[in-house]
Amino acid sequence: MIRKTSLMGTAAALALLPAMAMAERGSSGHMNIIYWQAVSTMNPFLSGGTKEMNAASIVLEPMARYDETGELVAWLAEEIPTIDNGGVSEDLLSITWTLREGLVWSDGTPVTSADAVFTYEYCTHPEGGCSYRDRFANIDSVEALDERTVKVNFSDITPFPYLPFVGAGSPMIQQAQFADCLGARAPECTDANFAPIGTGPYRVVDFRPNDVIQFEANPNYRDPDRPFFQTITWAGGGDATGAARAVFQTGEMDYAWNLQLAPEVIEQMEAGGMGELLVDFGPLMERIEINFTDPSPDLPEGERSTRMHPHPILSDIRVREALSLAIDRELLTEIGYGPTGKPTCNFIVAPPAMASPNNDACLTPDKDRANALLDEAGWEMGPDGIRVKDGQRLELLFQTSTNAVRQDFQALVQQDWREIGVDTRLRNINAGVFFGSDPGSPDTYLKFYADVQMYASLFEGTDPTAHLEQRRCGREPKPDTQWQGQNINRYCNEEYDALWLELSREADPDRRQELVIALNDMFVQDYAHLPLVARGRVSAKANSLGGVILNVWDSEHWQIHDWYRIEN
Amino acid sequence: MFTYTLRRLAFAVPTVLIISLIVFLLLDLAPGDPTADLPLTIPVEVREQIRMALGLGEPVHIRYLKWLEMMLVNEPLHALANMTGWDVTRDAPRILSWQTRSPVGDIIAQRIPQTLWVVGLGYIFGVLIALPIGIISAYRQYSWFDQVGTFVSMVGFSVPTFFTGVVLILVFSVWLGWFPSMYDTTLEVRDWDSFVRQVKQIILPVSVLALFNASQISRFMRASMLDNLNQDYVRTARAKGLKEQTVVLTHVLRNSMIPVVTVIALGIPAVFSGAIITEQIFRVNGLGHALIGAIYANDIPMVQTITFIFAVLIVLFNLIADVLYGLLDPRIRYD
Repeated sequence: MIRKTSLMGTAAALALLPAMAMAERGSSGHMNIIYWQAVSTMNPFLSGGTKEMNAASIVLEPMARYDETGELVAWLAEEIPTIDNGGVSEDLLSITWTLREGLVWSDGTPVTSADAVFTYEYCTHPEGGCSYRDRFANIDSVEALDERTVKVNFSDITPFPYLPFVGAGSPMIQQAQFADCLGARAPECTDANFAPIGTGPYRVVDFRPNDVIQFEANPNYRDPDRPFFQTITWAGGGDATGAARAVFQTGEMDYAWNLQLAPEVIEQMEAGGMGELLVDFGPLMERIEINFTDPSPDLPEGERSTRMHPHPILSDIRVREALSLAIDRELLTEIGYGPTGKPTCNFIVAPPAMASPNNDACLTPDKDRANALLDEAGWEMGPDGIRVKDGQRLELLFQTSTNAVRQDFQALVQQDWREIGVDTRLRNINAGVFFGSDPGSPDTYLKFYADVQMYASLFEGTDPTAHLEQRRCGREPKPDTQWQGQNINRYCNEEYDALWLELSREADPDRRQELVIALNDMFVQDYAHLPLVARGRVSAKANSLGGVILNVWDSEHWQIHDWYRIEN
Repeated sequence: MFTYTLRRLAFAVPTVLIISLIVFLLLDLAPGDPTADLPLTIPVEVREQIRMALGLGEPVHIRYLKWLEMMLVNEPLHALANMTGWDVTRDAPRILSWQTRSPVGDIIAQRIPQTLWVVGLGYIFGVLIALPIGIISAYRQYSWFDQVGTFVSMVGFSVPTFFTGVVLILVFSVWLGWFPSMYDTTLEVRDWDSFVRQVKQIILPVSVLALFNASQISRFMRASMLDNLNQDYVRTARAKGLKEQTVVLTHVLRNSMIPVVTVIALGIPAVFSGAIITEQIFRVNGLGHALIGAIYANDIPMVQTITFIFAVLIVLFNLIADVLYGLLDPRIRYD
C-alpha cells in the first residue's frame, strides 16, 4: 500500500516531457481553469466543499498524499511513517512525521512542526466548526518533538493512522498567519481565509469570493523548475454544460471540473475535438437503501423509522433479494451515466484491491427468480398485478433528491418492480432539504420516513474502516441522537459488528483487505442495501494541456506542478 | 415642501422595519440546510458543529435582533470606516456569509460596481431612447414613426430578457464573433485597448436591458403625452400664439412627465432585481449573480441582506418619486 519514493511525481513528469526542452518554472505561461460552481473560500477547513478543497490544494499541502492508484506518497514529509521504519509505534498508539529539510512557506519563513501542532489546534477548536474535524478524531495530543518532527498520539489503537495530515482534506496551515483566528474568530480572518500562505506550487494573487481567483507560481516552491504554468485564472460560475463547451468546443478553458452531464451531451461535446474527457472511478456509489424499520405515519412521532418497529415487509430477506434481482443495473448505468458509471453489486467499490469479486451475479436481472422468491414469502399476485399478503398490498414509498438522473432511475426501477408485482410510489425532495441535517424536518434522508430511498455516498481516502463502521448496530439515526448517525438503513447484525471490531484492531494490510471484503459480502448478501452504479469523477482538459493525471483519492490538482502546455 | 418630505420619511421607517422582519422570518423558516451541499464524507456530528459555528444554535428572535443591529448599525459604520478611514467601527460584528465566511457587506461592495455599470447603463440608455420616442409618437400619432415605435416596443416588452439575451449571444458571439459571450470580471480599464474590450463585453447585456426598459417607458410617455395634448390648456396656449415648440416641450411635456417620473423612479430598484436573469446569462458578477448563487447554496445571511437591500431601495425610490411628484405638481405639497 505504501510507496516510499518522495519524488515519484517528479519522476513521472520527467517521463512525460520528452518534447519539452525548456522545462523550467513558468515556461508554459498561463492556464485557465473553470469550476462551474465558483469557489467560496480558500480555507478548506471552513467550507468542506470539494471545490474549495481542490482550489486550496494547489496552495496548502499535507504531509502525505494519495497518488492515482490510491497509494500513499510522502509530500511535505520525508517519508511515509510505518511500523518497519519506526514512524508508527508498535502498540499502534502513535505516528511520527518528519518534515522535509529546508521547507519554506511561500513568504519565505521555514515550515516547522509547530505549524502542524497549530493546524491540529485550529481544526479541533470546539467553536471553530472545522469541516474536517473528523480527520483529527480519537487523538489525545499532537506534539512537536523538534523543529521538524511531529508526533500524533491516538487515544485508542489505530491500525490505519494515515488520516490526520494526509490528503487534500487535512493540509497544513501557517501558525503565524492564523494564530489569531482560532475558534469563533475563524471567519473574522477574511484576508487569511482568502489568501492562505502555503507551501504549494501556487499562491493567491487575487481572490474574489464566488467569482474568480488569480494564482501565480510560488517563488519559494521547493522544486526550482516547477510549476510550469506561471499564472492561473480559476474562473467560477455558469453551468456544467457551459464549462464543457468552453473546453471542448470554443477552447477558452484548459481544464473543467465535475462535468456531470447526460451521456449524449458529453458525446456531442467531445465531437468538438478540442478537449479530452477524463474519467476515473473512486468510492462514490449510487444505491437504494432499504429501511429495516417501519416508517408508517400511523406510528407516533419519535417511533417512526426507529428500531422499535421492524419493517412489516422489508424485514423479510426474500423480499429484499427479489427487489435486487428485478433491477437492471446495466440499463440504469447506460441511461444515467454512460461512460462515467459502472454497474456494481458491492458496498465497497474501490480501491480495486478492496472491491469484492463475489457478488457480480446481481448484474444480470432475474425476474423469474424474483417472482419465485416473493411467492415463497407468501406474497400472492392480486388481480391488479400487485402482490397481496394478509390483505396488505406490496406497496413501497421510494424517495430521493430532485435530480434528473435520479428521477429517471426512479421511473426505471418502478417499472422493474412493477413486473414482479411490487407497486412503488415515487417521491422526490429538494436536495437542500433531503441532504440537510435539520432534525425538525421530516424529509431528510436521515429520518428516512420512506420504505426505500436512493442517494450516493463515498468515503475519504483509501481506507473504508470508518465507512463500514457506520453500519454498526446503534449507529442509526434516532431521536436520542437528534437523528444523527449514518446507519441509514437501521441495519443491525451482531456478526457484522464483531467482524468490524476485528478490522478496527487489525494492522496487517492483507488481513485487513480480507476483512473488508468479508464485511462487504456480509452486508450486500443480506441485501441490506441495493448497490446500483459506481460513479466516476469526470473532468475535461484541453488537448494542449499535458501532464494531467486524474486522481480520485486526493485533489484532482494534486500534481498541478507537473502540468504543462503541449507546444505544436 | 420640507414637512411633506419629512412626513414621507417618517412613513418609510416603520415600513423598512416591518419588511426586515418579514424578510428575515420568511427565509429563516424556509426549509433548507447550509450543510446539505457538503459531501457525505463529512459526518453528521461535524455538520452539527458547523451549524453551531454559523450561529444557528440561538433562538430566532435573538438572531433577528442581532441581524438587525448588524444590518442597520454595524454595516453602515463599516462602510463609513472603509470610505473615510475613520475608526468608528469598534470591531463590531458583521453579517457573515455562510458560503465564504466573510462579511456580506464586502461581497456586496465588490459586486455593486458591475451591477451599476451594466444595469445602470441599460436603464439610462433605455430612458434616453424612450423619452423622445414617446414624445414624437404621441405628437405624430398614427404616423409611420408611431407605428414602427409601437411595434418595436411591443416586441421588446413581450419578449423576456432571457430570450433576447441568448439570441444576441447566438448572433453576435457565436455566429459573427464580434463580442464575447462571457463577461470578464478581471478586466481593468487602463488604456484605450482595455477600454475597447470593456465596451465590447458590456454592449450585449446593456442592449438587452436597454431594449426592455425603453419599450416599457416609451409606452408610458406616449400615453401620458396623448392625455395632455387634447387638454384645454394646450388649446389656450396655442390660441395665445405661443410657438409650437414651447407648447409641446414646456406646457405638455412638464405635465406629462408627472406619471412618467414615478414610473422611472420606481423602475430603478426593479432594475436591480430584474437584472438577475441578464447577469446570469452573460455571467456578469453583479448583485443578481450573487443572489442566485446564495439561494442555491442556502446562504441565508446573504439572501436576507440582498433582499433587504432591494426592499430598502424600493422604499427609497418610492420616497424619491413622491418628492419629485411634489416638485412637479405644486398641488400635492399642500395637502
